[in-house]
Amino acid sequence: MVQPAQQEQHTIIALVEDKPGVLTRIASMFRRRGFNIASLAVGRSEKPGLSRMTFVVAGDLETVQQVTRQLDKLIDVIEVSYISTHQVVARELALIKVTTMPGTRGEIMQFAELFDANIVDVSPTSMVIEITGSEQKVNSLEDLLRPFGITEMVRTGLVAMVRGQESGMGAENLGVPISGNGAMRMDSGI
Amino acid sequence: MKLSGAEIVCESLLMEGVDIVFGLPGGAVLPLYGAMAKYPDLRHVLVRHEQAASMAADGYARATGRVGVCSATSGPGATNLVTGIATAQMDSVPMVAITGQVPRGAIGRDAFQETDVTGITLPITKHNFLVMEVEDVAPAIKEAFHIARTGRPGPVLVDIPKDVLQDLRTEFVWPERPNLPGYHPPGEAPMNQVARAAQLINQAKRPVIMAGHGVLISQAYNELIELAEKSQIPVITTLLGISSIPSDHVLNMGMPGMHGMAYNNLAIDQADLLIGLGMRFDDRVTGRLRDFAPNAQVIHIDVDASELDKNVKATVPVVGDLKKVLNQLIPLVQPNVHLDWHRRLDELKAEHPSLHIRESEELLPQYVLNRLSEVAGGDCIVVTGVGQHQMWAAQHCKFKEPNTLITSGGLGSMGYEVPAALGARMGRPDKTVWSVAGDGGFQMTMCDLATAVENNVDIKFAILNNQSLGMVKQMQDVFYDREYYAVEYSGNPDFVKLAAAYGIDGMRVTRKEDVDDAVRHAMEVSGPVIIDFVVKEDEQVYPWIPAGESVHEMIEEQPARGGPY
Repeated sequence: MVQPAQQEQHTIIALVEDKPGVLTRIASMFRRRGFNIASLAVGRSEKPGLSRMTFVVAGDLETVQQVTRQLDKLIDVIEVSYISTHQVVARELALIKVTTMPGTRGEIMQFAELFDANIVDVSPTSMVIEITGSEQKVNSLEDLLRPFGITEMVRTGLVAMVRGQESGMGAENLGVPISGNGAMRMDSGI
Repeated sequence: MKLSGAEIVCESLLMEGVDIVFGLPGGAVLPLYGAMAKYPDLRHVLVRHEQAASMAADGYARATGRVGVCSATSGPGATNLVTGIATAQMDSVPMVAITGQVPRGAIGRDAFQETDVTGITLPITKHNFLVMEVEDVAPAIKEAFHIARTGRPGPVLVDIPKDVLQDLRTEFVWPERPNLPGYHPPGEAPMNQVARAAQLINQAKRPVIMAGHGVLISQAYNELIELAEKSQIPVITTLLGISSIPSDHVLNMGMPGMHGMAYNNLAIDQADLLIGLGMRFDDRVTGRLRDFAPNAQVIHIDVDASELDKNVKATVPVVGDLKKVLNQLIPLVQPNVHLDWHRRLDELKAEHPSLHIRESEELLPQYVLNRLSEVAGGDCIVVTGVGQHQMWAAQHCKFKEPNTLITSGGLGSMGYEVPAALGARMGRPDKTVWSVAGDGGFQMTMCDLATAVENNVDIKFAILNNQSLGMVKQMQDVFYDREYYAVEYSGNPDFVKLAAAYGIDGMRVTRKEDVDDAVRHAMEVSGPVIIDFVVKEDEQVYPWIPAGESVHEMIEEQPARGGPY
């Protein structure tokens, strides 16, 4: 299969109000401005009433700068941080349903074990494998299982977090300082 | 005392200092109208079409600087507001629109007159609310006004289901402050950015200020003049920045861009520094981006961070409220005279006299507007529609005070001239309001002449009647090989008889020598007046940088040719 040229991918985290319509507002903004979401994961955060979203956005740095500023402009978005410049933990979960035959079951189980994946369902002709890990790790297992026949797959999209005490770079620091904490610019080696 | 949701809306509007609501009732919003009848301090102006309600609220807001308010019922009432809301969004106009919605139990069931108006207006409002509990009515309205008028202003829609308006369970409690943890409009800018901006200004040899609507919104007109005068920097005003500095100010150069002065576009081309103040480098200003201001560094000051680097990459981007930032900046700017630069600009003006009106026996629209502005004295408010007459007004009318040109710049909504003039005059009854209209746009919203008559709103309508959609025709002339299609209005009404039908004064002017008298007469008459200026057809707007082109492709004058011209 011919793949289009891979665009740079960037990870952005947003803390948003857990209200009806927030996801629509965000999705509508991405669509209207022509930004590409490679993946999006949403869930509750540690703060009551607030959700945390992880976006993987495809595009150049200028696009990502626009994305973060446009996100920050939405009233229901509390905080936006760009984390691709930081050390992060980034994980994805996938459920993969593979066709099995008497001769292939053992090999599939071996691959699963190798990837620390769990077999969560077995039927006479199929198996469901649950894998958690980096996007690449999930990609690798997917590639290995494809020859056996993947009949169904679902991936959650990336969730990510900055390691240690830091929390990523706010939209105000992506090019333009809003608060008085210095003129960090994407083109000046941050 | 327990109040209904509708009464809470009225109490909240009074708390926000609202005096006028432009609207039209219907089933779902009726409880609100029932309540409004009991609040005589809220004046409701009944329009003939909801588009006039949102556009009148827009005109009111631009003329007064206060939040304009409109209301409509669910479904078609709400959708009819949409063009006016989008107009306000594109031009950063503070507005609150209140719509009735079908009762909560009916939402999502395709009930009679149900539309998802919060969904429809999501991309064309600064924010919107669907209020599902009566306890949330007062907080939503408080937050709506706060969002509408602070930061970069914009329209906010509050959609309230009928049964919430009727709900009689709570007392009116006005929140002390809005609860908006994700909303922090910027104030002052970080001093290091301001210092970098000052450094660029102090080093510049050929600086140009580009003043936009933000100057008017943040009321930074005195600061703009102070900055310009201190360092003798010429000021170019975008379409929406016109009236931010008096037309006769020696440093005011007028409008740039597609139909801007040729010398302004050349000045931008030759400048070594652009100072963008509260503007957004719209494509009508820049033309083709890669050829825009090739020699200039750019200081861009705006309250909306997402405008910076969006179209034009800023050397020094500054986020903040313009008035505050200019007050930070001015003390750091060194006095200068820029003698060589002004000499160069004088040459450009002499070589490219873009505002010259040629001698003609015919009634030229440019001539009409030039005389209208002269006779009216320049301290009236001019409200325009969209198209050729709008550009000629921007080029030829003179302005003395801030917020006296009211026009739909970003969205370019034809039909704006009638309702926006209504709102402007109701907001500023001390001002003469001229609605400069095209015959096309005027017919889009002229049903609301009735609203002006009914409320005795004194608007002077000047229709520049060329019996066509002139701007479109101009484009067909040049880009479509004069294949005129769907641009000629052969069945226009007799606008003088139309005036008579509404019981107001009407005049027709076909000769140059009658222009001054007609304008004078209109201003002497009390109440609305229509002047039908039957102008030369096929007159075109120049200079012209065709869309997507640059200053190098600028056409300065209407090319001479045979045929019908």
